[in-house]
Amino acid sequence: MEETLKIVVLVKHVPDAQFDRHITGPGNTTDREESILSELDEYALEAALQLAEERGGPKAGNEVIALSMGPSGAVNAVKKSLQIGAYSGVHLSDDALAGSDAAATSLALAAAIRHISADGRPVDLVLTGMASTDGETSLIPAQLAERLSVPQVTFASSLEVTGGQVRARRDAGAFSETVEAQLPAVVSVTDQINEPRYPNFKGILAAKKKKIASLSLADIGVDASHVGLAGSWTVVESAEARPPRTAGTIITDDGDAGIKLVDFLAAQKLL
Amino acid sequence: MANAIVFIDNPGAALKKSSLELLTIARSLGETAVAFTGELHDDVAATLGAYGATTVYQPSVDDLDNYLVGPKAAYLAAAVAASGATTVLLDNSPEGKEIAGRLGIKLNAGVITDVVGVEADGTAHKSVLAGSYNTTAKATTPVTVLSVKANNVEPAPAGTAAAPSTSTVDVPADAIANSARIAARTEKPVSGRPDLSEARIVVAGGRGVDGDFGPLEELADALGAAVGASRAATDAGWIGHDAQVGQTGVTVSPQLYISAGISGAIQQKAGMQTSKVIVAINKDAESPVFEIADYGIIGDLFKVLPQATAEIKKRKG
Repeated sequence: MEETLKIVVLVKHVPDAQFDRHITGPGNTTDREESILSELDEYALEAALQLAEERGGPKAGNEVIALSMGPSGAVNAVKKSLQIGAYSGVHLSDDALAGSDAAATSLALAAAIRHISADGRPVDLVLTGMASTDGETSLIPAQLAERLSVPQVTFASSLEVTGGQVRARRDAGAFSETVEAQLPAVVSVTDQINEPRYPNFKGILAAKKKKIASLSLADIGVDASHVGLAGSWTVVESAEARPPRTAGTIITDDGDAGIKLVDFLAAQKLL
Repeated sequence: MANAIVFIDNPGAALKKSSLELLTIARSLGETAVAFTGELHDDVAATLGAYGATTVYQPSVDDLDNYLVGPKAAYLAAAVAASGATTVLLDNSPEGKEIAGRLGIKLNAGVITDVVGVEADGTAHKSVLAGSYNTTAKATTPVTVLSVKANNVEPAPAGTAAAPSTSTVDVPADAIANSARIAARTEKPVSGRPDLSEARIVVAGGRGVDGDFGPLEELADALGAAVGASRAATDAGWIGHDAQVGQTGVTVSPQLYISAGISGAIQQKAGMQTSKVIVAINKDAESPVFEIADYGIIGDLFKVLPQATAEIKKRKG
């Protein structure tokens, strides 16, 4: 059997995209009142669970740790991950983190991952989704790799780990690429990599017994001035809700709708 | 000393429109330099000059394309330092954003992605939360890194063109350490249609297409449009995943978006609601897409689209 792995999966608590989402407060930050586990993170968790299960799961010494950074509610993203199947959780939370941009977030997450590496064996693999469904910048995996000085393998649509080496397919641009890197590495996965499992009744019960470690900035040795709104290198100066689109002309096809459509396009100078 | 530097990554024989847009924005910020990778063709060098670039930097090594992101960010950091530029502009492709992200950490510089407009003082305009908010953001650091979405400025050459000077930048020896290597690369099949993220017109289909994108492709070709799809259509395997528009696919902002057989669930809307004009065709009068369409047709796409295609061909002669 392959060597066991210690995997950290980054999970984010994001406002549910099924409903209207809002920007509030002096720092123009996203309202996280009605939040869920970011859908795209479920693919990373599934990839981690599959890698660990191929290697004999928790009994063989594999670790799948769900790590979330965010205010008290973010622990729900960790709990959901534990229900789906993560073996343990870490919640990094500190008032000073509020309003962190990607650079400040990656600083705190890198410190948290180093902390997790110092506890027991070093982390082999950090898995993330291809983007958060709120910020959608996709910056964190690249910035985390830069801060941890490890290879980044991003937008993976397939992933194998053998003999301490990661091999992935990447379809992000005009090319389809096969990418290889040595562990430890940061890997982000797309929604094409697998079919995430749902939590079942057994998983929901089992999650109650799983451990969630709470970490503060002091625990991971990060100065409060380097994170949050104060430590961020970008500032959102204004945020305005875009006026909602309104319905225009609606017609029912009476046999000539295709011609009417072309008339409309011509009138809009779009032909 | 340049004010702005544009990263142009291995363009081949001709610059992409998005690169010309970046050069146009850069010129509005002052003296413009280019950090270039790949072979610098004479035509490309001439175009860079025509768009106002005064200096073109090239890396001291030619294998940057064999590695993922990290070494290109290291090269760009060195080029930024050599140029003295305070604003760095990149395209908003997945790799462009990632190079921007790593460059930001290397230079202690604020990074703003998904930018749709840049003001003279470096303030960036963005559209966030799937187009539901417009924000302005600014870096608080000496250097600002911006990845800019395509189709937001009209490319315009400089009034006077001069051949840019070229200069080689030493790529740090440790740049390829801790980087993923690209073991194999195959070009994806080319459709001959415009790139989805840059297209002026997009024709997109969903569940109602029921496996047959033929009528959409014919309309797209008559309009010179790209073909997109909802997640339902890509998940069904009717069309490649690259065509997916929406939250987990490509976000588009074309002049015209024609939605056919797509109900318009929020994840799909998220990817297209900043389109200038939206046309929707759906059999179901209750489809949410009609709430945001400028022109809606309740009808059968297999009748409406071919009729429209024939009419366009007739009018275009």
